Amino acid sequence: MVGAPPRSAGSILLILLAFVFAGIALLAPLALIFSFALREGLGAYFAAIFEPGTLHAIFLTVVTAIIVVPINMFVGAALAWLVTRFTFRGQQLLVAVIELPAAISPIVAGVVYLFLYGNQGLLGPILQPLGLQIMFTPLAIVLVSLFVTAPYVARELIPLMRQQGTEDEEAALSLGANGWQMFWHVTLPNIRWGLVYGAVLTNARVMGEFGAVSVVSGSIRGQTNTLPLQINLLFNDFNIAGSFAAASTLALIAVVTLLIKSALEANVRG
Amino acid sequence: MAKQRSKHLLPGFGLTMGISLFYITLIIALPILAMLLKVAGMGLPEFWRIVSSNRALAAYRITFSSALIATVINGVVGLLLAWVLTRYRFPGRRILDALIDLPFALPTAVAGLVLVTLFADTGWYGQLLEPNGIKVNYTQLGIILAMTFTSIPFVVRAVQPVLEEVDADFESVATTLGASRWQVFSRIIWPTILPAFIGGCVLSFARSLGEFGAVVFIAGNLPGLTEIVSLLIFIRLDEYNYEAAAALAFVLLVVALATLIATNMLAAWQVRYVGRKS
Repeated sequence: MVGAPPRSAGSILLILLAFVFAGIALLAPLALIFSFALREGLGAYFAAIFEPGTLHAIFLTVVTAIIVVPINMFVGAALAWLVTRFTFRGQQLLVAVIELPAAISPIVAGVVYLFLYGNQGLLGPILQPLGLQIMFTPLAIVLVSLFVTAPYVARELIPLMRQQGTEDEEAALSLGANGWQMFWHVTLPNIRWGLVYGAVLTNARVMGEFGAVSVVSGSIRGQTNTLPLQINLLFNDFNIAGSFAAASTLALIAVVTLLIKSALEANVRG
Repeated sequence: MAKQRSKHLLPGFGLTMGISLFYITLIIALPILAMLLKVAGMGLPEFWRIVSSNRALAAYRITFSSALIATVINGVVGLLLAWVLTRYRFPGRRILDALIDLPFALPTAVAGLVLVTLFADTGWYGQLLEPNGIKVNYTQLGIILAMTFTSIPFVVRAVQPVLEEVDADFESVATTLGASRWQVFSRIIWPTILPAFIGGCVLSFARSLGEFGAVVFIAGNLPGLTEIVSLLIFIRLDEYNYEAAAALAFVLLVVALATLIATNMLAAWQVRYVGRKS
């Protein structure tokens, strides 16, 4: 339904209420981040960003995202293809299992990994004599990030691909395309915006994940401290300017995420 | 477990099934299984002693009551926001729409840092509230506000698409037949959006139960007063009390499973609802 301009006093009041709430609960917090980060000037801001601990946290966060996002895009596309193009026993269960990480508390996500790869865990005592230490290393951060963002891409693609149906792909095959040609020239162009959107959401969550990462990383300064952990560490050190400078980088990514999302939605709706 | 049928015209069943099962086993199922084994290995009396200890009970009470209040706030506000966004055209609508998703895009640690700063006694909001005797930081009110902030988008995003689909013809016919605006809302609109509304509330509640990052900054973490379940798990890990952490994590996992089943059932209800209408 297309909305109309507000007519009655009641509807104008409702719109005003919505703006007041958004201003207090959403806009002011966003403004506060940048206002506090830049309070002591640009010089102090960049000095805080280029502080070695923060710089390393930025590096580790970016590297984690560069590894996790493509893997989950690839797996998400495979999952969506499997679920929307075929019918098989256990299909519902498969979809439910993919959704599970989104329903779980981030702390629990960290805990399950600890009980797999930790000293007291299922595989930890087997892997450690082989020199494979996973817990409290960047690898653990990557694994737990894969876990918490597992449903994001599939969740965007499944409704999209279900709605698009299979006619285009069947036409490509009947015209003699092989499976890969069909995927690259027909499927991928059809799902590209959904895929990009899923990737953007995955990226935002990976870069911002706190609970799960704080369990498995060990928060070793200069080694396994990601940006959200660094914010917490600086805050606990009473370094407010430093923690807001670090927070502003993630807030900037959040704003870019919202802009991309808004642009993609306008694109999809036409 | 999978059975390929002859009607599969498209390629890639084996390949995508292989990738999916490998990934799900390695990334999702195996870690959860490891924790379940840990819990199963501790024996029922020990498990029960941990999950029913006074400190755990206090943590459940604080977590559940805070999440419940946060969900009620988000239910009311979410309905208002969804209504305004779908029913009216006005300047700034696109910005308002985009801003709703901020709590999903903003890392929880950043949200926590911002909230604790806003409500500090010298903060933008704290300096207005504290002279009136309202203390937010390091109280349960802080937990409630942190949970509310991080789950603002759920109800809005659940209700919005359904509200867009509510047939305007029904409404105009009802109005023509003499129904008041309130009757139109309570008899036509409300029943249609109800499943989506409840679904959004369930997601909001589940997210609030598990919220950690934002709460840790603002709660002050006093045992029995502002200690939530996820934080108690974290503290047990710090004390190398892995059994207690596993048992409490199991409780949260079961609650998460229950919400997942509830949302799936609500989604099915919604589909039946829409199907019956058209």
